[in-house]
Amino acid sequence: MNLSAWTEIAPHIPVLLRGILVNIELLLGLISLGLGVGVVTALVEVYGPRPLGWAAGAYTWFFRGVPEIVLLFLFYFGLSQFGVPVSAFFAAVLALGLRSSAYQAQIFRGALQSIPHGQMMAARALGLGRVKAIAYVILPQALRLSLAGWSNEFSSVLKDTTLAWGIGVVEVMRQASYIRARNFTLTLPIYITVALMFLVLTYVGNVAIGLAERRLRVPGLEGRR
Amino acid sequence: MALLRVENLHKRYGHEEVLKGVTLTQEAGETKVVIGPSGTGKSTLLRCINRLTEPDQGQVWLEDLEITSRRSDINQIRAKIGFVFQDFNLFTHLTALDNVRLGLTKVRRMPRAAATDRAMAELDRVGLAAKAGAYPAQLSGGQQQRVSIARALAMDPKLILFDEPTSALDPELIGEVLSVMIQLARDGMTMIVVTHEMGFARSVADEIVFMEGGVVVEQGPPEQMFRSPQIPRTGEFLRKISELYGESS
Repeated sequence: MNLSAWTEIAPHIPVLLRGILVNIELLLGLISLGLGVGVVTALVEVYGPRPLGWAAGAYTWFFRGVPEIVLLFLFYFGLSQFGVPVSAFFAAVLALGLRSSAYQAQIFRGALQSIPHGQMMAARALGLGRVKAIAYVILPQALRLSLAGWSNEFSSVLKDTTLAWGIGVVEVMRQASYIRARNFTLTLPIYITVALMFLVLTYVGNVAIGLAERRLRVPGLEGRR
Repeated sequence: MALLRVENLHKRYGHEEVLKGVTLTQEAGETKVVIGPSGTGKSTLLRCINRLTEPDQGQVWLEDLEITSRRSDINQIRAKIGFVFQDFNLFTHLTALDNVRLGLTKVRRMPRAAATDRAMAELDRVGLAAKAGAYPAQLSGGQQQRVSIARALAMDPKLILFDEPTSALDPELIGEVLSVMIQLARDGMTMIVVTHEMGFARSVADEIVFMEGGVVVEQGPPEQMFRSPQIPRTGEFLRKISELYGESS
């Protein structure tokens, strides 16, 4: 690999940035979907009626058990086969988001179960209904406890967005392959550039989560019995 | 009419019947102290009163409202009955002020400013206005228990149930909690207190209830219970417990 390859890649940077922007969009979409569905799934598993809890368990088993690339194909080709035409981007958000929800549900379930029973009892004794007690007393504590595990999931799904390449989403890996197809000498510099982009994103994301963690920290919540 | 009536309350856990038909009457302004060996259903009795534990049989009435009726709104009833736990159970993620304010804003739907004033007043009443911004982990056990009493008081309860409020405290912290409770009793608060603090029982209780084996063995004013119990077992227990815990406070 010669030096000129590195100067030659400069004009392609905007295209790669446009690509990684799509990865960021995928990330925001899938992680929000995963967060919403994950919290609900965890709540159902911990507080829901038995049959619903089983359903939630089966749900997480499925989405944790099937490879991501298979999920992507199932959603992209499967939905259109059933007459629901979906864009590759939407299929990717759905498949990766639901998969992430299964992992996030595990994080939240663990946190919910670690809240001492006395908290719920004290809330109910005040006259708060079950839903209010969960909303004002249990969840605020459980979500804080989840942040560390959640930052792990964040780093993981950030990188998984490149798998959307497999169903044709024009994200950074696809842009990279276009550039490479026109100029094979750029192969290594391109993928090194892509790698650096993800390293920066992972760093920025984890710093942001770390800041949130510090901001939301409550004395005695993490380090208690 | 009595403020609270407990009639023939039964509770069974598996094969063990913890409450075997307890009947009690509580007048407004009265302080009742429930004593007895551990595992005799004292805590279960308190929890059955506001249905934190569902009784199997029997009724509980708050004035003319049947708490144990399926049709009564249990959340509305619980808002009128304060509960102070042995291990405080303050909400870990909330400051002392927010702990006291939560029930006001979320159950009573009081406007925030009014709730803040009320919560501060109750913290002041237990001598902790200066600690309003502290989280539970930053407070001593005694302070946490006083905040939890303020949390109960803020709801304007018709009565407060205390479940061994000083049992989890270091000896030097018991006094500050008891003195808050003594003041409450003097102010005319209706209280049912499960405790081993015989000094408190003797000086503050209007009536002492001795429970053993899931039933009320004997009840009466402190003088009678300590001086001339009708049932030998009552005297035996009182002597033993007084030796063990002393009569300080």
